[in-house]
Amino acid sequence: MTDKETVSRKEFKAGKTLKEIMANHFYEMDEASRTGSKKIAWCTSVGPAELLRGMGFLVFFPENHGAMLGASRTATELIPYANALGYSPDICSYLTSDIGSYVRKKTPLTRAYGIESVPRPDVLVFNTNQCRDVQDWFAWYSREFNVPLIGVHTHRDISEIRDYQTKDIARQMEDLVPRLEQLSNEKFDMDRFKEAVGYSRRTSELWRACLESAAAIPSPWTFFDATIHMAPAVVGRGTREAVDYYELLLDELQERVSTCIAAVEGEKHRVYWEGMPVWGKLKALSEQFASLKTCVVASTYCNSWIFDQLDPGAPFESMALAYTELFIVRDESYKESYIKDCHKFFKLDGIIFHDAKTCPNNSNNRYGMPERLSRELGIPVLTINGDLNDLRCYSEEQTRTNIEAFVEQLEEI
Amino acid sequence: MMPTKIYAGVDVGASHTKVAILDPEKRLLGSAVRKSGTDFSLTAETCLASALEAACRPVGELTRCISTGYGRKNVPFRDGTKTEIGCHAKGCYHYFPMEMTVIDIGGQDNKVIKLDGQGRRLSFKMNRKCAAGTGAFLEEMSQRLDIPLENMNNLARASTDMVELGSYCTVFSATEVLENIRRGKKVPDIVKGLFYSVIKRIMEMDSLTSKVVMTGGVVAHNLYLVEMLGEITGGGIFVPEFPQLTGAVGASLFALEEDS
Repeated sequence: MTDKETVSRKEFKAGKTLKEIMANHFYEMDEASRTGSKKIAWCTSVGPAELLRGMGFLVFFPENHGAMLGASRTATELIPYANALGYSPDICSYLTSDIGSYVRKKTPLTRAYGIESVPRPDVLVFNTNQCRDVQDWFAWYSREFNVPLIGVHTHRDISEIRDYQTKDIARQMEDLVPRLEQLSNEKFDMDRFKEAVGYSRRTSELWRACLESAAAIPSPWTFFDATIHMAPAVVGRGTREAVDYYELLLDELQERVSTCIAAVEGEKHRVYWEGMPVWGKLKALSEQFASLKTCVVASTYCNSWIFDQLDPGAPFESMALAYTELFIVRDESYKESYIKDCHKFFKLDGIIFHDAKTCPNNSNNRYGMPERLSRELGIPVLTINGDLNDLRCYSEEQTRTNIEAFVEQLEEI
Repeated sequence: MMPTKIYAGVDVGASHTKVAILDPEKRLLGSAVRKSGTDFSLTAETCLASALEAACRPVGELTRCISTGYGRKNVPFRDGTKTEIGCHAKGCYHYFPMEMTVIDIGGQDNKVIKLDGQGRRLSFKMNRKCAAGTGAFLEEMSQRLDIPLENMNNLARASTDMVELGSYCTVFSATEVLENIRRGKKVPDIVKGLFYSVIKRIMEMDSLTSKVVMTGGVVAHNLYLVEMLGEITGGGIFVPEFPQLTGAVGASLFALEEDS
């Protein structure tokens, strides 16, 4: 038997700081929730977090909690409880697992940090740029906690971004201010807001640089590493801590590049991951790709926390533009062109599309894109069926065989 | 004189295990097929022993072995593994060296693989996490209808007014079958509808090129599927002499290549 290989993941020194940041984030939130020392806003992943920080709220991101439910492999057992409340198994499994988690009073925060439950919100703020499900998700909690639900309705299928779209989004965000002032009992502080936007901008620049380090051959890290290390960019958006973290991480990545440290020993193939992570299978997939000497170097998912347009000088307008530039709200031709640019920049040999059963907005294989890109770029593509959190939609053996066969195909080129 | 080298390909499928023994000239010396059962390792060993016996060669003379299929990692005597996608492609190209689409209908999954004129894979697709259109679907239906699988070909051929089933799902298809029985539809017409359902599921997976090679145990035992696809596409359907062995032959060819 010569085909059995063991692989070891190269841990990052920055990982220790990452754990501290995450622990502090949740402890601060928990303390505020229990004592009422600070107001808490729940915010969707690319919602107006900078504005909330600028108004003195602590910001909790349920999508991050959803990812934790997935990664801890507790989501699948919790989803049916939300299904029983009338939330279909076909809708977002972040939503269903998170509501199931709340109903069952079972959260991964307990095991990780000894925290009993998610923090109680004072307000729920959404941006539908991710999908409509985030609004419905927050609406459930709005009824449960009897707290206000406010938000921003985004434009979708955008080709070229028009002024009327960004003006509309900026206006919608400005319109949130009076209600947030009322809820926080604080006057809107433009300087504090600008400072948060400034931190977000710097975080974005550093995060971009971290991701772009994967253009090096061999790549210093993988998509699977990045899904873990992106946590401060998600929960710490608009804070000094996030900036400091990515300065640290970037140094380490640059050191890896300069000393040719490969994330995947003997890297032979470089592929792109389009779509959501399969949170409960990150380790297994990471190890399988490493054993096949294939590095998943880049992804749309991790790139989605790059907000180039943020400008503290024009906070509302630039946030509107940054959140309208997002891949997820763009039309098919923009998305194709974006992935083609990534193909060139990251020197890709192939693309893997994850068709996530409960996440149509992040499953870009459904309108013929894999076939078109394969033809136009002349590289193999693979679509795997699965889900971000609902492992009932994921076939371990079928996925493993598909990935193995995909790498065999890359070897034949 | 040194005995001629021999190469084994072991295809441990979800339903059946297949072994093919080739010589260096790529001639099939022996083969065996058994139900995979629950002990894949033991089945692989006994299946190999049967195939070697058919080839009149002792186990000790095996030069190299590649395993494939669902249970490929459960073959204790393997020298390496390849996916069933790679092995079916290899096996088909061996029999039909041309640009083609391979359709493999297995016990629990289907594959559509496109090959260029040099036998390289251009693309492949497997069915989703669903057994509709696979051998498991036909097995389930044969039990529901209480008709032995081997009788279904001739029944389908006797159909005069095919019943078209509308459902994706095996369970819902079974309900539709019962509904049609209740409405007095003839069994041959229902059976033909079942075969048509399998073909539809395959044709939804990918477009087909002008030449199609069909493989797998389901095709081996239900040649009516080949006739039906041929009627739909207007011909150009090829079937290897032993369609159920194609993956094992492909694995054996990989073993031979790796030795040279």
